[in-house]
Amino acid sequence: MPAYIQCFGMHAPARVVTNEEIGARVGKVPEWIESATGIKERRWAAAETTVAALATEAARDCLRNANAEASSLGMIIVASGSAARGFPGPAAEVAAALGLEATPGIDVPMASAGSLFGLVIASRMVESVGDVLVIGAEKMSALIEGAPLDPNTAILFGDGAGAALVTARVGRWEIVDAVLHTDGQFRGDLAWDGASALKMNGLSVIMQAARKIPGAIAEVLARQSVAAADVQAFLLHQANQNLLVRVAKGLGVGPEKIFSNVARYGNTSSASMLIAAAEWAAGNPPAGDVVFGAFGAGFNWGAVLARSR
Amino acid sequence: MPDPTRRERLLGVLKKVTTAQLPADDGESLFESGLLDSFALPDLVSALEEEFAMKVPDRDLNPRKFDSIARIEAYLDEHAS
Repeated sequence: MPAYIQCFGMHAPARVVTNEEIGARVGKVPEWIESATGIKERRWAAAETTVAALATEAARDCLRNANAEASSLGMIIVASGSAARGFPGPAAEVAAALGLEATPGIDVPMASAGSLFGLVIASRMVESVGDVLVIGAEKMSALIEGAPLDPNTAILFGDGAGAALVTARVGRWEIVDAVLHTDGQFRGDLAWDGASALKMNGLSVIMQAARKIPGAIAEVLARQSVAAADVQAFLLHQANQNLLVRVAKGLGVGPEKIFSNVARYGNTSSASMLIAAAEWAAGNPPAGDVVFGAFGAGFNWGAVLARSR
Repeated sequence: MPDPTRRERLLGVLKKVTTAQLPADDGESLFESGLLDSFALPDLVSALEEEFAMKVPDRDLNPRKFDSIARIEAYLDEHAS
């Protein structure tokens, strides 16, 4: 049975952390941060704000955009790599905040590729459970705050949440095909143990991501005989502007095809793809194919092809 | 039998992906020396694949394998035809 994306939603915390502020703390000039990452600022949540609270705000925004009630949901999926508690994960807290007492809530604790995997899981579940709300939510600032900050990660990450409503009813985009992959050989190159600071081997991440993201996209496009040039927009995990440019190069399309808001939010891990989708959809009427793509810790990566109806 | 022009071809590849002066010491890190930034690494691997008509598999996309001229030469010794 086909699955459809009805709409998106998002939430960004109010506090803006500029390159000037973070640069002063890690000994980097703002101009260098921007040239190395494309990031001008990011949002950091207040100390008392939880991943679940960010997720709930994005969920409510998505439900408003869909003109839907939480009670209509058959399942919620919450992707997050930065939840403070091992279990229960944020899905249970989000379900409670939405007033759901028996609706299943699934956590996908896999960081940056989590919302993409969640989207695919949702597309396979709607036939049996009904509407599925997929949420990616992260409080990455909690993983990097500490003394001293690691300049390699502190300049990159931001907090936020994005959401997508997936249904079996015809909606704005039909999910046509998807590819998902995992390669655990590199699981130590991007990891958080739940207590100490986030660890990242940036060179390894970039080497793998620069090949695997365009590879997965090319794989799903080839399967559906779609040319990259004919795709309306690529809505990808917003890791780093230089990486997005390389993905465009790898696909043989201009960088304008890759929607980017990394300059304003930084890398919000699993939240970033859905935040990007929400902002893109707000300003661009559906007109053809869109491709979602993500890569992250694990390494996990993949791509989804969706077509406007 | 190693290709006697391989080193020249390798240095040619490095000059394609960076305008900086190549290090005098073959063992010097190309990244710690600032010769290559992190985003030049995928470009370096792609250029090596093209120049030496080989495919670097994903499992070999390890920065340590391409961290210096000496390490790249060792990789080419093992994998380039």
